[in-house]
Amino acid sequence: MNSSEIILLQNVDRPNSESIGVYRESGGYKALVKALKEMKPGEIVEEVKKSGVRGRGGAGFPAGLKWSFVPKESEKPKYLCCNADEGEPGTFKDRVLIERDPHQLIEGIIISCYAIGIHTAYIYIRGEFVKGARILEQAIAEAHENGFLGKNILGSGFDVDLYVHRGAGAYICGEETALMESLEGKRGNPRNKPPFPAVVGLYGGPTVINNVETLSNVPHIVTKGGDWYAGIGTEKSTGTKLFCISGHVQKPGVYELPLGVPLKELIYNVAGGLGEGHRLKAVIPGGSSTPILTAEEAEKVTLDYESLEALGTALGSGAVIVMDETTCIVRSTWRLSKFYEHESCGQCTPCREGTAWMEKILARIVRGEGRPEDIDLLADICDNIFGNTLCPMGDAATGPVLSTVRKFRNEYEYFIEHKRSIVGN
Amino acid sequence: MAFEFSAEGKKAFENILTRYPDKESALLPTLHLAQKEFGSFTVDRMDAIAGLLGLPHVRVYRGVSFYTMYQRQEVGKYLLQVCTNVSCSLLGAEKLVTYLGETLGIKVGETTADGLFTLIEVECLGACGNAPVMMVNDDYYEDLTIEKLDALLDQLRRNSE
Repeated sequence: MNSSEIILLQNVDRPNSESIGVYRESGGYKALVKALKEMKPGEIVEEVKKSGVRGRGGAGFPAGLKWSFVPKESEKPKYLCCNADEGEPGTFKDRVLIERDPHQLIEGIIISCYAIGIHTAYIYIRGEFVKGARILEQAIAEAHENGFLGKNILGSGFDVDLYVHRGAGAYICGEETALMESLEGKRGNPRNKPPFPAVVGLYGGPTVINNVETLSNVPHIVTKGGDWYAGIGTEKSTGTKLFCISGHVQKPGVYELPLGVPLKELIYNVAGGLGEGHRLKAVIPGGSSTPILTAEEAEKVTLDYESLEALGTALGSGAVIVMDETTCIVRSTWRLSKFYEHESCGQCTPCREGTAWMEKILARIVRGEGRPEDIDLLADICDNIFGNTLCPMGDAATGPVLSTVRKFRNEYEYFIEHKRSIVGN
Repeated sequence: MAFEFSAEGKKAFENILTRYPDKESALLPTLHLAQKEFGSFTVDRMDAIAGLLGLPHVRVYRGVSFYTMYQRQEVGKYLLQVCTNVSCSLLGAEKLVTYLGETLGIKVGETTADGLFTLIEVECLGACGNAPVMMVNDDYYEDLTIEKLDALLDQLRRNSE
């Protein structure tokens, strides 16, 4: 076990880490040379499959398998979209990779394009990351100047063009089909699946959509091999993961740890624990959509796909939000419901209406106007949304509400009965 | 029609068009560019953009209305966008919003009489490790406190003199 291996963040603290010179000094673009000169595209796909790396955007689908769904021959052009629409509340890891090691990502994109036979790629970056987009544009220009992008890359005969596309403030565009709609200049309304993007995607062509962190792993897998990567982490959750820890901890930030690490270790050792004299109340383990954990659950779970799933929640994007005893669970859930209400694209009735009703009900509880039947009403609305929408956002909106109603029901009851929070303020 | 990109804007627009197989895909980047040059989207401006991209007017309206970063109303010189989502709220973002409102004498969504500041609340900015966070126009300001806000407002006022 390489328990302390740092893969993705190894360059980020070097001065000028965003420049191609610094990236190359630390071995950057050697994986691309190896891929183009020594490996067939299919061999790269096999290594990525062997690595077991799963999608780091939140869904956790095996990346190599996703790639293998793309047909080799296609009448329409194939596309790769890098999903840099980082917007799941609590998540801030891709920003670090983009701003402080853009060439690692770009190298990963070029290699992935070669592996899947793609000649055009887009990085869809959230509109607010203006600085990140600027850094990527600069890095792409440098990669062109060095012959790593454009026509006939390093004399291989292989061509790739890569463009940055900025979103404009819509959480839903992080959903892969909404992302493609948005790239095509439309509203970010998710598409029905099937057909899956690997078959009918951007401009109707076969399309692969991978998260920034997933693609940033690719050069390392090419350099060291899929078996090496699979040796890190647990059997089913391989590799390292960037964990974004925020909220009530002493040292919030982005930390790279092998999957399978205890959540306790991240909170109390890596992130310095809670504030002095405070105790853990709850943890949202993988971004705002993932069901909440009580302190007791949080202190025994490990951070990997299967352990969190076994507790009815998910690893998600690796965004750990820590709440101490001063947190009003009802109020924080209301704030999240406001987010989902605001971000619902409005296409599916259960999500559009359901998120609006949940926000309305939670808002009245927080105002001290809640009714005793509101608690079951919230659970009932969740039941009507879950599984009834085109994209996962409907389900996502139910995560915080249903899990807090179940695990912190006493806080809802107290708020409704006493017209104020159980937490003194 | 009072809509023409600057020389630099024209160049940027031409470059945008080379990036996609069709013109409609150029809509979001064109809107970003137009907002930078004109500030907000009147119907006339949206119609002019539709003309540039050869799109029905409604395609531009739907883009501007769907994406929250595009402003339909004029905003102040500095658009203060405070994140109040969960990680920022846990660390006092709502107090910052209240403070900014009181200091500037405006409610959320309003602009100061001198046209300098517009205050809005926004959803997660993806910088939760440095909460609470605010965006001012294109820039992030992180690990905010009341003292830092005071210093920043002073700085912005001085910059605009």
